[in-house]
Amino acid sequence: MKPFTYERATSAQAAAQAAAAHPNAKFIGGGTNLLDLMKLQIETPAHLIDVNHLGLDKVERTEDGGLRIGAHVRNTDLAADKIVRKDYAVLSRALVSGASGQLRNKATTAGNLLQRTRCPYFYDTSKPCNKRKPGSGCAAIGGFSRNLAIMGVSDACIATHPSDMAVAMRLLDARVETINPHGITRAIPIAEFHRLAGDTPHIENALQPGELITSVLLPKPLGGRHFYRKVRDRASYAFANVSVAAVIGDGFQHFAFGGLAHKPWRVESAEREQGADAIGAAVLAGAKTTPQNDYKTMLTRRTLGAVLREARA
Amino acid sequence: MNDPNDVTRRTVLAGGAAAAGAAAAPAIAREPAAPRKASSPMIPRMQVSLTVNGQAETLDLDPRVTLLDALREHLHLTGTKKGCDHGQCGACTVIVNGRRINSCLTLAVMHEGDKVTTIEGLGSPEKLHPMQAAFVKHDGFQCGYCTPGQICSSVAMLNEIKDGIPSHVTEDLMHVGFSDSEVRERMSGNICRCAAYPNIIAAIREVQGA
Repeated sequence: MKPFTYERATSAQAAAQAAAAHPNAKFIGGGTNLLDLMKLQIETPAHLIDVNHLGLDKVERTEDGGLRIGAHVRNTDLAADKIVRKDYAVLSRALVSGASGQLRNKATTAGNLLQRTRCPYFYDTSKPCNKRKPGSGCAAIGGFSRNLAIMGVSDACIATHPSDMAVAMRLLDARVETINPHGITRAIPIAEFHRLAGDTPHIENALQPGELITSVLLPKPLGGRHFYRKVRDRASYAFANVSVAAVIGDGFQHFAFGGLAHKPWRVESAEREQGADAIGAAVLAGAKTTPQNDYKTMLTRRTLGAVLREARA
Repeated sequence: MNDPNDVTRRTVLAGGAAAAGAAAAPAIAREPAAPRKASSPMIPRMQVSLTVNGQAETLDLDPRVTLLDALREHLHLTGTKKGCDHGQCGACTVIVNGRRINSCLTLAVMHEGDKVTTIEGLGSPEKLHPMQAAFVKHDGFQCGYCTPGQICSSVAMLNEIKDGIPSHVTEDLMHVGFSDSEVRERMSGNICRCAAYPNIIAAIREVQGA
């Protein structure tokens, strides 16, 4: 790791101010992704701001019947929270389908949203990568692309967002609450939080410099039956090839997809269609595949079909 | 060391390395390595106080030192193993404040005031932890490198089931119970290159039933 200085922040705004005051600073929560990348010198912060002691570790009902999830609630605790298990089961299911027990014990809600891609060329510092080094090119396009994106891709990047949790958050219309160095707060709809790669794949979300996530807000429960079906190369502890989050109730259905794009993928207009083929066709409109990852279109339709069958059962 | 059975992996490896060094490569220094220089005079070292296996410890560390390296290199608790050093293999699993984590993916300075339990803190050769005894009984290892991580993970994993934390294979999120498939899923963060998995599951099953 490159040398860095370290401080433990005592309030959310102080953390944001510290980030604004230090060039090349990073917040550290669970650290399970950041430290991995620092060891490989893909991330090289000069200053780390530990945000684990800000009291942002609670899951609470909001006045409108929704839920406020503290930014640093661990993935394990969020998946096990009684309200989440009962009313937002798709979120519990998504969380426990990701990573390992050890990692979920450390990884935080905010950190999970900010996870970086596992594209092999992002990790391989001997290869060009527009996300790691803007303007250097993309070794993934024309390379080993089996697990990479088919939706919303650009000529600069075909990386996927690796999170399962974020797929459920997208389905649930979560909002990401933040504070900036001036103490100004805002709530960013999850649909606008993650960005497509476009020609700036190194910019992955809507956060401004120094802006700190303080919580994630969920609207009141949808009801219905909740599913998270993840297809991967191993039975456990692997990133998704394709995943389908679904909440299906009386007269409504919502879907969001992982493993397809640079962000959790959701096409609201597709939710008016019926059946896996029609929904899948609407979700996958405009897909741009490589010979190695074109299996994902059929896999998406079939995984969706399996979820719909399970919902009818 | 009068008892011929009183041989640890470490003494065997140390003896073997010394013998190989003497025979094949006399240039290999057998003196203790010189203390490492502070790598960058620009980065101040930091003090961290934590409790390891019931003992209060205060360390003066470069902020880059992971909890794993603090345990192994600074406290000389070498039971915890470095496998991949990237959170993929689970060999470095320790229990912090009751929760199992990958000690390679966390900085020691982030653990001010924390209570850390390593394999050395679970049991001793004279008084094995029930999970250690069960691993021995069921042959839950071959080379043994992943074993400290497997055992720390197993002990904490059973508590996670007891606490009602669901897993990917839990059918009803509101009712969490023990089963072999739960164990397989929950232990997937601990890789065993010798594939002792069936025996590891047998060991865990025995401790759960006890």
